[in-house]
Amino acid sequence: MARYIAKRLVLLIIIIIFVSIATFFLVHLLPGNPATTILGPNSTPQNVATVNKQLGLNKPLWQQYFIWIGHVFQGNLGQSFTTHQTTTSIIAQSFPIDLELIIFSQIIAFAIAFPMAMAAAKRPNRLFDQASNSTTFAMLALPPFVIAPVLVLIFAVHLHVFPGPASYVPITQDFWSNIHTMLLPSIVLALGSIVVYFRLLRNDLISTLQEDFITMARSKGLTDRRIMWRHALRPSSISLLASAGVTIGSLIAGTFIVELLLQMPGLGYQLISSVNQDDYTVVQGITLFVAVAIVLINFIFDFLFTIVDPRIARE
Amino acid sequence: MSSVITDDLAEIKEEVAADAAADRTTKKKLGVFFWVCASFIVIVALLATFASLLPLPNPNLGNYSSVQNGGPSWSHLLGTDDLYRDILSRLIYGARVSLVVGFGGALIGLVLGGVPAMISAYRRGRVDTVLNTTSYVFLAFPAIVAVIAIVSFWGHTLWKITLIIGIFAAPLIFRVVRASTLSYATRDFVLAAKALGASDTRILTREILPNIMPTVVSFGLIAVATIIVLEGSLAFLGLSVQPPTPSWGNMLNEGSSLLTGAKGQTNPWLVIFPATAMFLLLFCLNVVADKLRAYFDVTEIKL
Repeated sequence: MARYIAKRLVLLIIIIIFVSIATFFLVHLLPGNPATTILGPNSTPQNVATVNKQLGLNKPLWQQYFIWIGHVFQGNLGQSFTTHQTTTSIIAQSFPIDLELIIFSQIIAFAIAFPMAMAAAKRPNRLFDQASNSTTFAMLALPPFVIAPVLVLIFAVHLHVFPGPASYVPITQDFWSNIHTMLLPSIVLALGSIVVYFRLLRNDLISTLQEDFITMARSKGLTDRRIMWRHALRPSSISLLASAGVTIGSLIAGTFIVELLLQMPGLGYQLISSVNQDDYTVVQGITLFVAVAIVLINFIFDFLFTIVDPRIARE
Repeated sequence: MSSVITDDLAEIKEEVAADAAADRTTKKKLGVFFWVCASFIVIVALLATFASLLPLPNPNLGNYSSVQNGGPSWSHLLGTDDLYRDILSRLIYGARVSLVVGFGGALIGLVLGGVPAMISAYRRGRVDTVLNTTSYVFLAFPAIVAVIAIVSFWGHTLWKITLIIGIFAAPLIFRVVRASTLSYATRDFVLAAKALGASDTRILTREILPNIMPTVVSFGLIAVATIIVLEGSLAFLGLSVQPPTPSWGNMLNEGSSLLTGAKGQTNPWLVIFPATAMFLLLFCLNVVADKLRAYFDVTEIKL
């Protein structure tokens, strides 16, 4: 167990170093000198020299990397060229929105996937099971960028159930209207998770329900409901919970889509608008933050599940 | 003594006959659904390839004498967009982007991920450990974030996007191909081929490759679908092939910006048609991949 965790920790450090190097070298993918791109029409040789000095671009690459990493450890991810806001403050402002979206969507996904999977696993291959299987299979072909505009069209534009784009209200300002604006994007994100959770839980439940201890519980005369909730659910939900960490990575793509569509100032929205304004330090900063956050979340989930289910470490 | 043997033989023959009969009744078919979906993909591919030979209006240039944001009509079967362009024509030309990036990216992923995976799983040793760890490192990196960053720094041309997405698909394909090669690399028929003095290349291409082919093909199709989703998301964010070149993702983006009438115009068709096209293509790819997997899956036959 300790050896397993040590191994994962080493891997984690390797991954984070790799991520930081990759993010650092992104700027050097720019055609030509970054300084001329940053300055745009204002690029006189003098200005270029100043920016080069400011960014430390006149130093050798490896030195630049260590200087940059040193700044990152001090919480300094550079400054926006357009708004002069620090990247750290942009992240601090926008990250809560992504967090809220992810938490809401996961609550919705669990609330729907669990009862659905339990109902389906109760009578495998019967009507409800088959219907929900085919529905979730079809939902695999509905990524956020396809389903989000359609849901906005139906529920925001035609039925006026949810507010349309650009109606985001911070949670500190008005709690209920914040929840109201968050519902539609959260549902979009939840759809993808529901498919994964339903399929995993249904399959696990079906195999658990065939085990001896369930037969034992049946023969004791326990009700189906009690067997399902008290005996079958817990051992069946481990692989589902373990997958939740991995799902976070794919949720990120979804949050970017809904943020752009509904103009909510989250990380994705900030990232795309920085990309469109050639604001490279912010792009670099947000990329590093998101990548490291996802890597860490995956690691934490991994670690938690070795505690919950020590069998994982032995494999 | 001899009668016992003949009795046994008769019994065995009966069993074989019964097995064969059972095989015939449970003989798996790909099914009508598979063929419908496969033909849909082929039709889309043919339309996209020969788009310039079809009687379609220019996808990038609107006809200003027609209606702006018009709904479906006889002159424009799927209507027109805000720049008077024919939506059907844009959909057909836009399929090119999805298909090129999807199949091209998967092919790059197969070459970069699949080939090393076979060699690494067959040879094992230190190279395998290094490649395996590398694939873990790559997989931990969220593809969408990496692709957004690289594309925005490097450029948005079709081949660049295909290449980048292909590179990011490689580690996943590596894992799948490696796992399935591993399950064959130590089997008796591979050992027999080795004993007969077959070269490693021959063993890999003649003994192992045919066995892992079903997995590779069906997972390859899943990879195509996943890559099409990634490109579509990128296009929706405005970071894929740039307008006026149509792609389903950027059409959805244009349609979404016209949804609420904030720009003084609305056009729900510019959301409905690309969304439907994307759904059908992804759904068909999933169906074909799933049916192929079930068709070749040996364990499922026993059930």
